[in-house]
Amino acid sequence: MTCSDFLKELTDYLDDSMDAQTRAELEDHLQWCHNCYVVCNTTKMTIEIYRDSHLYELPDDLRGRLRGAILAKCQSHGCKSEPATAPVQSDTSHPNK
Amino acid sequence: MGTIQPKVAEPADEISLVHAAKAGDISAFEELVKRYDRNVFRIAQHITQNREDAEDVVQDAFLKAYQNLANFQEQSKFYTWLVRIAVNEALMRLRRRRPERMVSLDEDIKTEEDSMPREVADWAPNPEQLYTQGELKEILGKTIQGLPPSFRTVFVLRDVEGLSTEETADALDLSIPAVKSRLLRARLQLRERLSKYFKNRTGGDGKK
Repeated sequence: MTCSDFLKELTDYLDDSMDAQTRAELEDHLQWCHNCYVVCNTTKMTIEIYRDSHLYELPDDLRGRLRGAILAKCQSHGCKSEPATAPVQSDTSHPNK
Repeated sequence: MGTIQPKVAEPADEISLVHAAKAGDISAFEELVKRYDRNVFRIAQHITQNREDAEDVVQDAFLKAYQNLANFQEQSKFYTWLVRIAVNEALMRLRRRRPERMVSLDEDIKTEEDSMPREVADWAPNPEQLYTQGELKEILGKTIQGLPPSFRTVFVLRDVEGLSTEETADALDLSIPAVKSRLLRARLQLRERLSKYFKNRTGGDGKK
């Protein structure tokens, strides 16, 4: 396995979505390739640091204002009782496309 | 080396809330808003990189969801359906703000940074030990802002919000290989850029 092969599999490796044999081959590569070990470790840290960062948290006061505005709009605009003919908001197709 | 575990599970009572909201129960819909407003705001701000736009996206996405509940056929989770609406609202805002630049999820951008990693120094000590929380947030915000919108959208859904690859593909109307390809490049580009701040430096304090 080359470093380039390893990189191609990195996402599946980190997400644990691969068969046992491929996983064993990747782990064997990690045993002796320091660069891939570092890339793998720091990519994992990248994901974890973003996941745990609380970046763009919604402050409580803004949250309250937004919720009030949403509910007021929902009550004034109402809910469409029948499905629209265009399937833009169906969960089987993509909205706004 | 450990793997990244997903963090989101669908609450069991969700479908009852959706049914009640469909039947016109506004308090059931309010419960859904309370459950997901933080997620929608985070996704919107990651995509638009603008606080006012993110606030508008939260309002418009929930209003649109409410108005179109009858079209939600429950073939996906409510949250995935809501995310799909929110991502489209956010991309529309971004296009409005940057009309000179084409903003699309379909683009398959190849940049110089897509090549092999260049920074191969390990990160030590931990970034949390090196920077205050405020400094860290600034670095993370600045860094993700530099990614193309199509990359940061996949990254935020998959790695920050914890959607599965299949759910991300469904929410963005992309194929699974396209999600995986963008996710790999987003992760590697972020890693490369963060390495400039976090790499081990002998003889220094690690700060810029």
